[in-house]
Amino acid sequence: MTWLNAVIQGILIGGFYALFACGLSLLFGVMGIINLAHGDFAVIAGYVAVILVPQTHLPMVFGFLVVVPIFALGGYILQRTIFQAALNRGDPLTILLVTFGLSIITENALLQAFSSNGQSLNIGNLITDSINPSNVISISDISLVVLIVAVVVLGGLQLMLSRTATGRTIRAVADDREAAELVGINYRHVFGIAAAIALATVALAGLASGMITEFAPTSGTNNLLFAFEAVVIGGIGSLWGTLVGGIVLGVAQQIGAQINPAYQILAGHLVFLAVLAFRSRGLFAVREAA
Amino acid sequence: MTTPGQSLLEVENLTVHHGQLCAVNDVSFTLSAGETFAIIGANGAGKSTMLRTIVGLHPATSGRILLDGTDVSATPTSKRLSKGLALVPEGRRLFPSLTVEENLKVGTHRARPGPFDIERVYALFPWMVARKRQRAARLSGGEQQAVAIGRALVANPRVLLLDELSLGLAPVVVQRIYALLPELLADGVTILLVEQDVTQAMRVASRVLCLLEGRTTLVGSPKELTRAQIEGAYFGLADERETTVESMPP
Repeated sequence: MTWLNAVIQGILIGGFYALFACGLSLLFGVMGIINLAHGDFAVIAGYVAVILVPQTHLPMVFGFLVVVPIFALGGYILQRTIFQAALNRGDPLTILLVTFGLSIITENALLQAFSSNGQSLNIGNLITDSINPSNVISISDISLVVLIVAVVVLGGLQLMLSRTATGRTIRAVADDREAAELVGINYRHVFGIAAAIALATVALAGLASGMITEFAPTSGTNNLLFAFEAVVIGGIGSLWGTLVGGIVLGVAQQIGAQINPAYQILAGHLVFLAVLAFRSRGLFAVREAA
Repeated sequence: MTTPGQSLLEVENLTVHHGQLCAVNDVSFTLSAGETFAIIGANGAGKSTMLRTIVGLHPATSGRILLDGTDVSATPTSKRLSKGLALVPEGRRLFPSLTVEENLKVGTHRARPGPFDIERVYALFPWMVARKRQRAARLSGGEQQAVAIGRALVANPRVLLLDELSLGLAPVVVQRIYALLPELLADGVTILLVEQDVTQAMRVASRVLCLLEGRTTLVGSPKELTRAQIEGAYFGLADERETTVESMPP
């Protein structure tokens, strides 16, 4: 029964990893951007919520109504300005360095403004409420909500990409941006839309993290590593894959912790390395060789 | 619709550089509505660069490109499509992870009104109907070329630019694709094509322009040009034509 609980806790935390990794997967899949500031963006979302949500008198759980639109708009602007300028240089290293720089700037600016104390988003009783099907299994309400949000967001985006005209345009640009221009697509605008979606999801992940645990100016980097692992385990280019990747990682960590609490992070890394070694394109690689 | 014979696309003193290299050097020509204009020349003569510059994928160093008298030299590629310039690029460049049908649908993204739509493309290439849900990456070269042409046609271009249609394809497939051109012309599409296969180009074109190292060496109608003139222009033997014609391969 305790093993079953470990698996359940792993699935719950895996939902969070997947939500976190979703934007990373999109930015890389569509634009080839490896966003090292991804974790820091999530932390910014937390601070934005801390500052803005109380002023709207909304309960914190609904903070996403405020933060997500701001991040979507910010994502579009960021892509059309700094990221596009970096991509125009044509050297993949430039954009990597730009995101690395953004990460450092963000962390230091947040330290300056908010000190290194941890903060969390106050959601009242929700944080302690849970479902207890047996005396060893406890499913925290908020973790369950985050898992459901992750499934809806990743599944919804995957359907959007495969079924809608906008999704088709995004896939076309991801395949060949020059050919996309030839059929009349302004690929820069499409990149902007993809970045807006990515930043909207990272805002959700940042809020989830602030509700489940706490965040501090430099806490983004840890989550970033797990997000990378989730993307790689799932297979680049598939959002369903990212969802499964996050859950595989979460379950591996919880089972590792069940064996010995010191093995929690190690077990996750081992599964990641095993996938790299035996199925290097990930569990759900979708791209076929041309 | 432009009436046949009226000048549709004008290229004025176009010069294009690839870094230091001058790929196209002061080339001018005029395309009349309803004609098939072929640019021929050896590998590296600047043919593809010319087409890429006309649709805006490559910046011109100097010179102008006018469509219907309007200067489009500063218009971005994606907007030139909606003005009526569609390129079928060298190497097909389909979206490999999209299906055949999705490739065509993407082609309608900024389509102008006109005679071509996806159904019309299926009528031109009936085999596509059964395979419309297949990924473009799975198609053979000839099939990809057909989808690439279809993807450009559904935008209803005024000028269809075709870059090296025959590249890497079996002669019988090339014949089949070129056999389509009269039907496109009948629908008012003007064709600007680049072709390394001179015989093929001479067969379909109403006028040809020969490029050699970025410069125009010959312009004329295939009917009026002699084989010797073309070979001279193609290989850059213009001055010694009289002496070398005998030694050229038949």
